[in-house]
Amino acid sequence: MKKTIPIPENEMEPMQKMRPKEISVKKKNKLEVFLADVGNATGFVLKVFKNIFGKDFEFNQFLKQCFAIGNQSLGLISVTGIIIGLVLTIQSRPVLVNFGAVSMLPGMVAISIIREMGPVITALICAGKIGSSMGAEIGSMRVTEQIDAMEVSSTNPIKFLIVPRVLAATFMLPLLTLYADALGILGSWIGANIKGDVSFVLFISQAFSGVEFSDLFPAVVKTFFFGAVIGFVGCYKGFNAGRGTESVGIAANSAVVMASLLVIIVDLIAVQITDLL
Amino acid sequence: MNATETNTNEGVVVIQDLTKSFDTTEVLKGITLSLKKGENLVVLGKSGTGKSVLIKCIVRLLKSDSGSIKVLGNEVTELNNTDMNEVRRKIGFLFQGGALYDSMTVRENLEFPLKRMYKNLTKAEVDAKVKEALENVGLPDSIDKMPSELSGGMKKRISLARTIIVDPEIMLYDEPTTGLDPVSSHEISLLINEVQQKYKTSSIIITHDIECAKTVANRIIMLQEGKVYKEGVLSDFENTDDELVNSYFKSQNITNTKTI
Ligand SMILES: Nc1ncnc2c1ncn2[C@@H]1O[C@H](COP(=O)(O)OP(=O)(O)OP(=O)(O)O)[C@@H](O)[C@H]1O
Ligand SMILES: [Mg+2]
Repeated sequence: MKKTIPIPENEMEPMQKMRPKEISVKKKNKLEVFLADVGNATGFVLKVFKNIFGKDFEFNQFLKQCFAIGNQSLGLISVTGIIIGLVLTIQSRPVLVNFGAVSMLPGMVAISIIREMGPVITALICAGKIGSSMGAEIGSMRVTEQIDAMEVSSTNPIKFLIVPRVLAATFMLPLLTLYADALGILGSWIGANIKGDVSFVLFISQAFSGVEFSDLFPAVVKTFFFGAVIGFVGCYKGFNAGRGTESVGIAANSAVVMASLLVIIVDLIAVQITDLL
Repeated sequence: MNATETNTNEGVVVIQDLTKSFDTTEVLKGITLSLKKGENLVVLGKSGTGKSVLIKCIVRLLKSDSGSIKVLGNEVTELNNTDMNEVRRKIGFLFQGGALYDSMTVRENLEFPLKRMYKNLTKAEVDAKVKEALENVGLPDSIDKMPSELSGGMKKRISLARTIIVDPEIMLYDEPTTGLDPVSSHEISLLINEVQQKYKTSSIIITHDIECAKTVANRIIMLQEGKVYKEGVLSDFENTDDELVNSYFKSQNITNTKTI
């Protein structure tokens, strides 16, 4: 148990009074805590990078994590992808009908899915699903001293636990996004068939006639960053979980919040950069 | 390797004036102790006196604030990470909570330190080692179970097996018998003695369990408020007027009379 009762100055032993640490301890304000956290996180990211390169890459762990990520999120992404495509189509249709431009429907929906909806929705789902599970898993390993046990077994936990997870998230997110895009377009075709009759082949050719490489490329590139952000945040929050079981919940929760927020911010930055090019 | 060269005339673990604080709490306030080769050193002390912190400083899971910690002649506070890992290979650490990897089976748990510390073992050698370690703790049948399927006492034994599997020169036991029934505790105590004799290990055993202390101790150190309060052999602790010491060693009898 931590003592919370502060010792009055005059009851301190003289030795204690002299200790510089004790004197400098005051209540930290929010900005200080935030800056310290940013500093820690930067240190963590650097440490992970240092361990990505170099020998002894844990390839088995990497594959295992890739599988786990796919397995955890595929169902959710399938359902969401189809529904997004469907909804986008149903909602845009009346507007396009007014302008007499229904033939543009597939192309328009495809562009908005590929450029924005697919990547962001997939990333947000993964932030929830993968970010929280990484935060909870690594956090509980921290709390129950499993990470310490690894360390005394001469195993670098960053190398064994963190690097494979971060890389797996980074590589899986683009794949999952492409999958979500495909299902979104499929959903859109279903939507188009509710009030009309378009053959699948025609729909696809119309959809992709408007899509250019310059739509696809930046969209795919940013998903790598989304994946990295989710992996880093999930692992960082878990790895730095406090003591006691409640820290596991806190780690998982703050991983989701932080990862979602950062995904949106990275998206904003990515859009700005794409705009400049 | 140079860094782990053994120089053990003074003791395999020698700690001098070790201090450690967390934020505002000073936990260790200058601990001096030494573990001699081949001995079982029992560390007693109230909950929260920093016993776990002490042995975590020995393997540098926690960085000490000041003082010196020599393990097999190496100053662990100054070693680089590679040399520290060399030292860690010679130390077995039994965590207070077991710290079994809960995503791995018992077999994988036991193989983990083995495969990581000795990279060129054959599969047959690994299997034989795992089998031997599980037989040592009396749980050969649990090899394919997950930690979540084990009882608390079984987890303790499996983590003990995982610790002794690499034949460490130094063992650090953090409360090996806490939470076990008297029969199992006694068995674990005997096992600690067996490990000492069979593998010639030197051990630090943290415990609250006086029966365990009586069974395994060659020497006892008692911590109180971050300092060494008393040091000696078992009889020094049993025949004393010191109230604090007696509260540990006589309390067993008091509870006995109460329950009659
Ligand atoms: N990582 C840490 N961060 C902050 N405080 C810590 C940390 N580890 C231990 N402490 C504090 O140090 C003190 C001593 O803890 P420690 O776990 O060493 O006690 P102990 O003697 O092992 O007790 P027990 O017999 O209950 O296991 C406690 O007050 C604890 O809150
Ligand atoms: Mg303890």
